[in-house]
Amino acid sequence: MKDCEYSQISTHSSSPMESPHKKKKIAARRKWEVFPGRNKFFCNGRIMMARQTGVFYLTLVLILVTSGLFFAFDCPYLAVKITPAIPAVAGILFFFVMGTLLRTSFSDPGVLPRATPDEAADLERQIDIANGTSSGGYRPPPRTKEVIINGQTVKLKYCFTCKIFRPPRASHCSLCDNCVERFDHHCPWVGNCVGKRNYRFFYMFILSLSFLTVFIFAFVLTHVILRSQQTGFLNALKDSPASVLEAVVCFFSVWSIVGLSGFHTYLISSNQTTNEDIKGSWSNKRGKENYNPYSYGNIFTNCCVALCGPISPSLIDRRGYIQPDTPQPAAPSNSITMYGATQSQSDMCDQDQCIQSTKFVLQAAATPLLQSEPSLTSDELHLPGKPGLGTPCASLTLGPPTPPASMPNLAEAALADMMPRKDEHMGHQFLTPDEAPSPPRLLAAGSPLAHSRTMHVLGLASQDSLHEDSVRGLVKLSSV
Amino acid sequence: MSPQVHNLQELRRSASLATKVFIQRDYSDGTICQFQTKFPPELDSRIERQLFEETVKTLNGFYAEAEKIGGSSYLEGCLACATAYFIFLCMETHYEKVLKKISRYIQEQNEKIFAPRGLLLTDPVERGMRVIEISIYEDRCSSGSSSGGGGGAGAR
Repeated sequence: MKDCEYSQISTHSSSPMESPHKKKKIAARRKWEVFPGRNKFFCNGRIMMARQTGVFYLTLVLILVTSGLFFAFDCPYLAVKITPAIPAVAGILFFFVMGTLLRTSFSDPGVLPRATPDEAADLERQIDIANGTSSGGYRPPPRTKEVIINGQTVKLKYCFTCKIFRPPRASHCSLCDNCVERFDHHCPWVGNCVGKRNYRFFYMFILSLSFLTVFIFAFVLTHVILRSQQTGFLNALKDSPASVLEAVVCFFSVWSIVGLSGFHTYLISSNQTTNEDIKGSWSNKRGKENYNPYSYGNIFTNCCVALCGPISPSLIDRRGYIQPDTPQPAAPSNSITMYGATQSQSDMCDQDQCIQSTKFVLQAAATPLLQSEPSLTSDELHLPGKPGLGTPCASLTLGPPTPPASMPNLAEAALADMMPRKDEHMGHQFLTPDEAPSPPRLLAAGSPLAHSRTMHVLGLASQDSLHEDSVRGLVKLSSV
Repeated sequence: MSPQVHNLQELRRSASLATKVFIQRDYSDGTICQFQTKFPPELDSRIERQLFEETVKTLNGFYAEAEKIGGSSYLEGCLACATAYFIFLCMETHYEKVLKKISRYIQEQNEKIFAPRGLLLTDPVERGMRVIEISIYEDRCSSGSSSGGGGGAGAR
């Protein structure tokens, strides 16, 4: 170890736990506003749901209306005739159903945040090293990593959208465009994905809903029967028409909800997800080769863990403030912007970001020329662990400044092309603005933009693989 | 000899980020949060192997504690279920408490061990619990620092 001449680095990390209330020059935005997935946020980021919430409202209406009618029309009669415990129990069940439903729908199912540009670049490097030299095609073979869990070989897949290797049992929800941990399924009825963090709420919801449905159905029938003993069947129906509606709704619900509860009880006891069950990943028979490596061996433990185990906190920090110098996660596949733009962003914003990203490309282009300059002051380099805004871009550049002669023209054309467009279909991988190559000729045009943000890139990138990538990227760019 | 203790603000500016090393997750025990203790070659010249491994092992221990399944976690789970999970509006979960401990530990490690060596640990929770990001800094004041090349080559 050489004697340290390293300067002491400030260790005051602005972790999500202790979010700083520094004054920002621009109005501080919260992270949910630039969340790259297809989610809707309410109450300033406290509530998170999927984009399509129509069916959720239907669920809500059905439950509220049916229960409301039950309390209004059947309970008075039953409370008097039989026992007041009936509305009490119904009330408790209703309260529980609503609580768990809202909890399931509004919470983060366990979304994995997308990789920061540095992380993504590092992974790409490792993959390229693992694959040997790149094959030169647009898309390399699918990337997988094998891991041995409890003696079972599990394949971890690389997610092209999120630029991460998915942890075991995680899956990418195409509706929400997020990778979710322990992904069970996307439930339109609750308007959210069901994953690691809200599975128990979901299970409690369907369980309590089955009880509520059965309860209401039983007592509506009791009510009608008791009344018809007094006044005849048709008169009974006329006296309480709501009962008919409730009975119909409950009758149809019972089959599906009770069935679903049973299915999920089975899943919980064998510690599987719906996803795994549908794919037939694990066999339940003893002695078979593909046993479930996650199961704890007995039903009781599996149930306890699923329902009473610790809840991990949300990893996406919806309500945290965006640090202006924080490297934002990898761009979504259909946008060239660095910041994930939700559709609610204004057009101005999109254009802004489009211009921003173009600037990054130009800055990236400027890098090789400026290599001889001493590394920049870190006025823009805010520590810790959150390097300057230019750095994420910079750190992913750039090969040696020797692209083929024809490239600059292509790049120029492509970049000019990029400018007016807002949503770009660049394809999934490789093309983020920071991977665009460095045509020297473009430098002259782009240099005023470039100088302010360079680059302690020096010696950063692994040159050959990124150069390959950048060439590939350029070819893609030009083909757009 | 190491320079005198400067004002932290000034020093922050004089260091420039060379590269980042990512310690990946270790899934061999399942889905619980554990990190690989394999020593990355880029840190070879920067920190002793033992110190590094100790840090990662301690972190792993913390995460294991957070995700421990036992009497107290069951109690917490049952209580929460009984209150239809409304109790989480007022109470902090055990996991969150441990995460705060981890955050303090990382801060402490950075101050005592990593920063003097030109390294910085980032709390995994800020990276989606996927990686421990270690930023390697260059001291720009020192001329022709050999680790400039080392940092670049280390990326391989």
